[in-house]
Amino acid sequence: MIRKLLTGAGAIGTALMTSTAAFAQEATQAAAPVVDKGDTAWMMTSTVLVLLMILPGLALFYGGLTRTKNMLATMTQIGAAACLAMVIWVAYGYGLAFGPEGNAYIAWGKWFLAGVTPESLADTFSDGFKLPEYVFISFQMTFAAITVALVLGSVVERMKFAAVMVFAAVWLTIVYFPIAHMVWAVGGLFFEMGALDFAGGTVVHINAGVSALVAAVILGKRIGYGKDVMAPHSLTMTMIGTGMLWVGWFGFNAGSALEANGSAALAMINTFVATAAAGLVWMVAEKLAGHKASALGFCSGIIAGLVAVTPAAGNSGPLGAILLGAVSALVCFAAVTILKPKLGYDDSLDAFGIHGVGGIVGALGTAVVYAPAFGGPGDGSTGIGAQLVTQAAAVGATIVWATIGTVIAMYVAKALTGLRVSEEVEREGLDLGEHGERAYNY
Amino acid sequence: MKFIIAIIKPFKLDEVREALGALGVAGMTVTEVKGFGRQKGQTEIYRGAEYSTNMLPKVKVEVATSDDLAPQVVETIQQAASTDAIGDGKIFVLDLVSATRIRTGETGDNAL
Repeated sequence: MIRKLLTGAGAIGTALMTSTAAFAQEATQAAAPVVDKGDTAWMMTSTVLVLLMILPGLALFYGGLTRTKNMLATMTQIGAAACLAMVIWVAYGYGLAFGPEGNAYIAWGKWFLAGVTPESLADTFSDGFKLPEYVFISFQMTFAAITVALVLGSVVERMKFAAVMVFAAVWLTIVYFPIAHMVWAVGGLFFEMGALDFAGGTVVHINAGVSALVAAVILGKRIGYGKDVMAPHSLTMTMIGTGMLWVGWFGFNAGSALEANGSAALAMINTFVATAAAGLVWMVAEKLAGHKASALGFCSGIIAGLVAVTPAAGNSGPLGAILLGAVSALVCFAAVTILKPKLGYDDSLDAFGIHGVGGIVGALGTAVVYAPAFGGPGDGSTGIGAQLVTQAAAVGATIVWATIGTVIAMYVAKALTGLRVSEEVEREGLDLGEHGERAYNY
Repeated sequence: MKFIIAIIKPFKLDEVREALGALGVAGMTVTEVKGFGRQKGQTEIYRGAEYSTNMLPKVKVEVATSDDLAPQVVETIQQAASTDAIGDGKIFVLDLVSATRIRTGETGDNAL
């Protein structure tokens, strides 16, 4: 990558301050870059929508699925891990993912956002159109924050709060930032391979899902898993969280267009219909399996659809998105109801079963729905088969990287904190044991 | 005096209360309880994880009554709480040794 010097806060039109940010297309014309206020307003809105996904969306979604005694611990872990991610992002995360210098695996520079000013600009997908760099930094920051929070779904109800914080810091550093760089930064490994990942199916969902599985296996099962009743304590809250996640996901997916334009609009319609199809199909799958169509099934289908459409949001037509959502719901349903009990691992809230598996379905499926034959925006120059190979390579590399990095992060957390709460605390609940509070006093 | 304990279906509580009120029963104590008898429990399924609950929610009604009224109380509860289905519950009758009204210190039937 060519290092671009920041020239300070010159008059607009003279200072060509570009970040080396993601999705960049080298600006070739000499004309002054345009900072469109509509784009900027949309991206600020999208950024806050992604925050809504974390707090309170994911916190309620996950919290409702845990037992009464672990409600506060689950929500606090999500909030605290997200906050830690934000602070680390400004300190060195942005530098490692999108810094001015780097190679195919990692970048560096701009520590503590050195040199970034309100006049600094980041690229969009359109030549000559830029965003304030602070907006781009904030938008990407929320992605780092939600990804680390997603991982925690597999380890709740038994991991120490201190261990969660150590794990989050190490995991972000050695897993998230490199993979974000590889997928989204110019010169990144997957970026240059031509892997399609519109809003982060690989970086966020496969990465979080696989890491969650590895972390759950290292941590071990909850006491009483498979014997005691571990039914969700409030599916009402899970349903509320699901709704907030869906609403926030428009910032996540349509915001990933980086502009308020037709590409964002395509991502928006797809985020509606893929999700709707998945919510319905999950309930149909339950019925076919001899059960009742359930509220949790509905919520699970919604999330499976959202996850699958993430890489395809701007890379698919609405018909393709509906197919993708439907397939994702079926595959994720099989993963959590058949695969998980067979393999016997305790992924408490199915972070792997839905985010990992749904993410893989989405990443591979994007190769199919991108093709014009399925109404996708692709020009057909790359065949479905060839694109599928590229997608599979990116998925495979992400799985390997996430697995190795998570093993390291978990053992660092174990060495420093002991990783798991005592049996007594686990039985009494992490709310009292780790935080000294009860979620409900009545 | 008799002490009558009736385990009934929760939604039958209002009917039992009205019927006993019409009979002249002056008071009762009601508790939400769980238990099982011949009625089968329910199965809950969360993402494929099945939990069968064999304890079902019931309401326990406790009534203290004079010896004269006791047979009518039992009959009234039986009729009001019946749906002719398994799980309607049971009625137990115990001898009551004494009763005291705390406010006045009255004892026996006068305290009921």
